Amino acid sequence: MTYHRPDKDHHLEDRFEEHSAVPHDPPIEATSDEVRVRTPDNISGMGHRMKRKEDPRFIRGMGRYVDDVKLPDMLHMDIVRSPYAHARIKEIDASAALEMPGVVAVITGKDLEAHKLHWMPTLMNDTQMVLPTDKVVYYAQEVCAVIATDRYIAADAIEQIMVDYEPLDPVVDPFEALEDKVIVRDDKELKTNRIWHWEAGDKAATDEAFKNAAHVVKQSMHIPRIHVSSIETCGMVANYNVATEKMQLYMTSQAPHAHRTVFSMVSGIPEQKIQIISPDIGGGFGGKVPVYPGYVICAVASLLIGKPVKWIEDRSENLQADSFARDYHITAELAADADGKIVGLRVDTLADNGCADAAANPSKFPAGLYSICTGSYDFKAAHVNVDAVYTNKPPGGVAYRCSFRVTEAVHMIERMVDIMAHDLKVDPAEFRKKNFIKAEDFPYKSPTGWVYDSGNYHAALQKALDQIDYDGLRKEQEEARKQGRLMGIGISSFTEVVGAGPSRDYDILGIKMFDSAEIRIHPTGKAIARFGTKSQGQGHETTYAQIVAEELGLPASDVEVEEGDTDTAPYGLGTYASRSTPTAGAAGALAARKIRAKAKKIAAYLLEVGEDDLEWNTDRFQVKGSPDQSKTIQEIAFAAYTNHPPGMEAGLEAIDYYDPPNLTFPFGSYVCVVDIDTGTGMIKVRRFVAIDDCGHIINPMIVEGQVHGGLTMGLAPALFEQIVYDENGTCLTGTFSDYLLPTAVESPKWETGHTITPSPHHPLGAKGVGESPTVGAPPAIANAVVDALWHLGVRHLDIPITPQKVWKALRDAGIQG
Amino acid sequence: MSRHQVSITINGKAYTREVDARTLLVHFIREEVGLTGTHIGCDTTSCGACTVLLDGKSVKSCTVFAVTANGKELLTVEGLAQGKELHPIQEGFWEKHGLQCGYCTPGMMISAKHLLDRNANPTEAQIREGLSGNLCRCTGYNNIVEAVQYAAEKMRSDSGAE
Repeated sequence: MTYHRPDKDHHLEDRFEEHSAVPHDPPIEATSDEVRVRTPDNISGMGHRMKRKEDPRFIRGMGRYVDDVKLPDMLHMDIVRSPYAHARIKEIDASAALEMPGVVAVITGKDLEAHKLHWMPTLMNDTQMVLPTDKVVYYAQEVCAVIATDRYIAADAIEQIMVDYEPLDPVVDPFEALEDKVIVRDDKELKTNRIWHWEAGDKAATDEAFKNAAHVVKQSMHIPRIHVSSIETCGMVANYNVATEKMQLYMTSQAPHAHRTVFSMVSGIPEQKIQIISPDIGGGFGGKVPVYPGYVICAVASLLIGKPVKWIEDRSENLQADSFARDYHITAELAADADGKIVGLRVDTLADNGCADAAANPSKFPAGLYSICTGSYDFKAAHVNVDAVYTNKPPGGVAYRCSFRVTEAVHMIERMVDIMAHDLKVDPAEFRKKNFIKAEDFPYKSPTGWVYDSGNYHAALQKALDQIDYDGLRKEQEEARKQGRLMGIGISSFTEVVGAGPSRDYDILGIKMFDSAEIRIHPTGKAIARFGTKSQGQGHETTYAQIVAEELGLPASDVEVEEGDTDTAPYGLGTYASRSTPTAGAAGALAARKIRAKAKKIAAYLLEVGEDDLEWNTDRFQVKGSPDQSKTIQEIAFAAYTNHPPGMEAGLEAIDYYDPPNLTFPFGSYVCVVDIDTGTGMIKVRRFVAIDDCGHIINPMIVEGQVHGGLTMGLAPALFEQIVYDENGTCLTGTFSDYLLPTAVESPKWETGHTITPSPHHPLGAKGVGESPTVGAPPAIANAVVDALWHLGVRHLDIPITPQKVWKALRDAGIQG
Repeated sequence: MSRHQVSITINGKAYTREVDARTLLVHFIREEVGLTGTHIGCDTTSCGACTVLLDGKSVKSCTVFAVTANGKELLTVEGLAQGKELHPIQEGFWEKHGLQCGYCTPGMMISAKHLLDRNANPTEAQIREGLSGNLCRCTGYNNIVEAVQYAAEKMRSDSGAE
């Protein structure tokens, strides 16, 4: 099966060759357990457990989220949504709604068509309806919008809008979609549901490896559709000023600058006349990267009416219509030689993209970074296929706290490795150790072309095994089996890939994936630092301040960090895919170093010595061999505005746009212990030990917090969460009563730890961590459940592994509770 | 739609407004009074972001009508601190990194207060059970539990209970 998206015929092998030519200098530092601390407490640079600077406003209820924005004369928007997954729209009758007091306008697809705004580009160069003029292609699709003086009136009015639909057969199953009996996108020239075909690796070499293999295991699995479900839904307050012609958009945006550019290009509004303000964001996890129709309609409404308009989606709209994550149907084969060494991996994948390819991937990577799927293992032959299809479901393909399809890849390889180990009757920990890439083999080139920057997989796994007492648990398991008690131990040793760029490979709609920082030191030695990213809870106001403190010796408490206002922040691509520390964090360090270079010249002038006579010490330049002769950064800052050297520009500030030479490759080993109730199929996560390695750590408290949260978002799809559709394409999981997020009761007490293997190419030796646990946890849990049931003949269970699935597996194996 | 005059005391201050019978308490708090610390996350009593204390009892204000709170006393997140002095629960959340995006935090802290008002020395399991009506997507709950333990200890020593 070879077909290509007509406008996108990439030569992946060529690009990966180029990508792999990354210089690795300086060399990789040895792995350590100790967090590096180089500044005193009062400065709180990297390695300090500094309390978060952003917290005082949040714990007082003084955060400012989009729904908290209230402007004079503000109107409210609500949206009519389709009750069908596939239907022609014959008529929209809004007359009754328009007669209601307080209703200002009804906006339909025809209204947008007059401004050529009824369609918009997706982030993957596909197209998506803003509002339909002809047919709807998914359940809960936006059909038209009401603008009213009050949110209650708007909600009443959408009930009064009569839409005449002619239902069409939907195609819900992606395998059926391949048959092209129902065409989802009949607006397109090619009448097919097939979107693209993508390959990575070497097919001939892989087939050859399989031909000669002693053992082959094969498994099909579905990584189902899930939803990020940040507790804050998406929303906007659009405020078009008729006099200044400026469009101010308060928006739940993870990427405000990119969104500004897209809005400008689509609407024709000059970019300087658009200001996007992404205020406090109540969680993002990838769900606030795409541009949803609601945002566009809201902005258009404000433009047409000339008043501020607020749109806040409710939870059902959020779950039913916003971008989903995952939905990969995978068939994988893993081959090993007679010695138990992995020799090859072959993967076929069907990606259910819904009604548009609206994935939030870098443009040239339709399947994201899925080809990282050879994982932590050293073998030479791999080949990966992905075919994408349209179905009558909402568009998407966002991350759910992961770096572009890495979770799917990691789940597959970690399940396959476990199945192989069990089949070979080799302990899964020993099997992994035998097949790991060795510490001395980094930088390592993978068979799909990645160059892993640094790693020490043996150290991380051993630490996790020791911490959980793996040998003791295996003995306990042996005893438990004799008593008919079901317990399982699961391991996941994952490799992540985060921090896009480099910009030669990574872009979004052509905008290169660098990121930026701008630091200004005030005369009194305090600073403001602005970044092109946007925190959604990650704690950037603290970690970025610590980076500046590390580099300049200014106390982190003296550094004000700002993000999210496109009128003031330098241009950047935003926060997702664990890229903030790898890109904007690096930019912060390099901007600080530019400032330090100027500070050195000022210090030399003040101390009347040559620059070469000076050395940096924590927060000052001192004369070599005579440290009492020194100028602190604060003294230098004051001089920069009051006594700067003749011929030098006044001021002390710098900006840096950082384009990384490679991605960073965080990794870790997780071990999970589960107990299974044979009567009910209930799974209890008894213990979970997570050892993460994200290179040098900026704030250990924040890193641990990120790991705890990520683990819980790994537990969620492993055991609870799935977006479910019936055969008509109706979403059955539109509330939190049906779509189950783990509470404090279901979540175990996470046990965490770290090893530190710095990235050799990142200025701070850091890597990014927020998503590692979401990527690494699901297979650890799934492997533990299957490990508990393997002796009963269970080889695999698809996530979410619900009690029903376990109960059925137990009954199929003849176990009666 | 019938209109009703409603008087509700929020954080010790009385607010009288005329509202629709259907006006939700959370909208009364956020829109009528302008206290935006209480958040909306699900509209269906599932997430707990809108939790407030109504006459000392925790309720999810997205599914309470403002009229039913007429004449009653409410505590919202804005009422936890005494001036500049943080409540031990707020202190605990800051000290123990019990929040990330901050969106669930007000409801989570109010539920914690409801729990600690009834049980000064809860076990970890009781804390987890007590907060099971509040969803957090960021923290994984570990540090929220520690924050509540910190607050419980501080509140016990402040009240001289130990």
